[in-house]
Amino acid sequence: MSSKKNWPLWEVFIRSKAGLNHRHSGSLHAADADMALEMARDVYTRRNEGVSIWVVESNNIHASDPDAKDALFDPANDKIYRHPTFYELPDEVKHM
Amino acid sequence: MILVIAIALWAVEIYIRNHTRELMSEKDLEKIFQDKVDNEVKIEPKDWMPDAYRKTLVRQISQHAHSEVVGMLPEANWITRAPSLTRKVALLAKIQDEAGHGLYLYSACETLGVERDETIEDLHSGKAKYSSIFNYPTLTWADIGAIGWLVDGAAIMNQVPLCRCSFGPYSRAMIRVCKEESFHQRQGYSIMLKMAQGTAEQKRMAQDAINRWWWPALMMFGPNDSDSEHSAQSMKWKIKRFSNDELRQRFLDMTVPQCHLLGCEVPDPDLKFNEETGHWEMGEIDWDEFWNVVKGNGKCNRERLRARKGAYDNGEWVREAALAYAEKKRKRKAAAAA
Ligand SMILES: [Fe+2]
Ligand SMILES: [Fe+2]
Repeated sequence: MSSKKNWPLWEVFIRSKAGLNHRHSGSLHAADADMALEMARDVYTRRNEGVSIWVVESNNIHASDPDAKDALFDPANDKIYRHPTFYELPDEVKHM
Repeated sequence: MILVIAIALWAVEIYIRNHTRELMSEKDLEKIFQDKVDNEVKIEPKDWMPDAYRKTLVRQISQHAHSEVVGMLPEANWITRAPSLTRKVALLAKIQDEAGHGLYLYSACETLGVERDETIEDLHSGKAKYSSIFNYPTLTWADIGAIGWLVDGAAIMNQVPLCRCSFGPYSRAMIRVCKEESFHQRQGYSIMLKMAQGTAEQKRMAQDAINRWWWPALMMFGPNDSDSEHSAQSMKWKIKRFSNDELRQRFLDMTVPQCHLLGCEVPDPDLKFNEETGHWEMGEIDWDEFWNVVKGNGKCNRERLRARKGAYDNGEWVREAALAYAEKKRKRKAAAAA
């Protein structure tokens, strides 16, 4: 057999209806972006699940390291003053 | 001085946090993993997981994917011979869904670090199995009804609990699959209804299809709990939620009345309803037949593998041409931009 070269992997993002974000739906293999879009339509939107599709080649996605999760998100952990409930106000204050 | 010490301590703390995986023993990691599983926190592909967990998932998900794909073959046999245009488009849509299910599952499997081609090679070499049910032939149109009703019905029973599987990508794929499955079962039962209410000959065909598919469908839940190798560990890892026999019992309780509603007979002379427990009780499954088909000696094992390999090998030039064309388009675009 000839040298095996696989179609690259693509991540598929679908906007399910106008006004919503594109959301990750899954992945697929395709030779190029055009083909990835057509295949994403057939694989992920057979029942009108989308009004718009994005495809991104998987190796273009950079992800945070799950092991470094604690250190990465630590700065937000002790900042309760960022939340409205931190501020106690008298009951008489309305509409706030 | 104090400031220097504080900074040093802080640096150490950051280092530890960033290198937790290397600094922790296998046992600690395993405990964190099992705690997550116990607390219903999903495991994602890049999270630490025991090797055996990864291997079990690769085996199970890839065999599940193969089953979806091989499962298209017995039904494809009837696309050109469907009795009406409506039945034909419905069957086509169902089979297309199964191709999609295969793709969702292959993708889920790939997140565990295996190449799709490797899993497909394992199928072709016979190393990986697929559901034995697809090694039975589809002899009449009523078989298409029986498959949708019984085979997809049993698959749904197995797949619904998998939506809560501890491995995120598998669970997400199953949620998508389950949403699509109920149409499969309903279109199958609707074919059975039509046949069962038809002429004497059609009714006979419906009963004949039930006779041939009933027992293989019950075998789809796997060996009895007492003989099931992987069950206990899979339960602990929450890959599996219910035992083979529990799921088989639920399927039986649901399906027997559906069969009676068709006016057809369940091909099990020992079948009886237990008034006390409220459950149907079935006769003994012929496990020799089950293992014989698993080992490759069913009616269609060879034909199914030949069809899959043929499709793959004959598609090779298409895959290559598509890559070459993509490369040509890319170069043309680059030249135009320059
Ligand atoms: Fe399926
Ligand atoms: Fe199905």
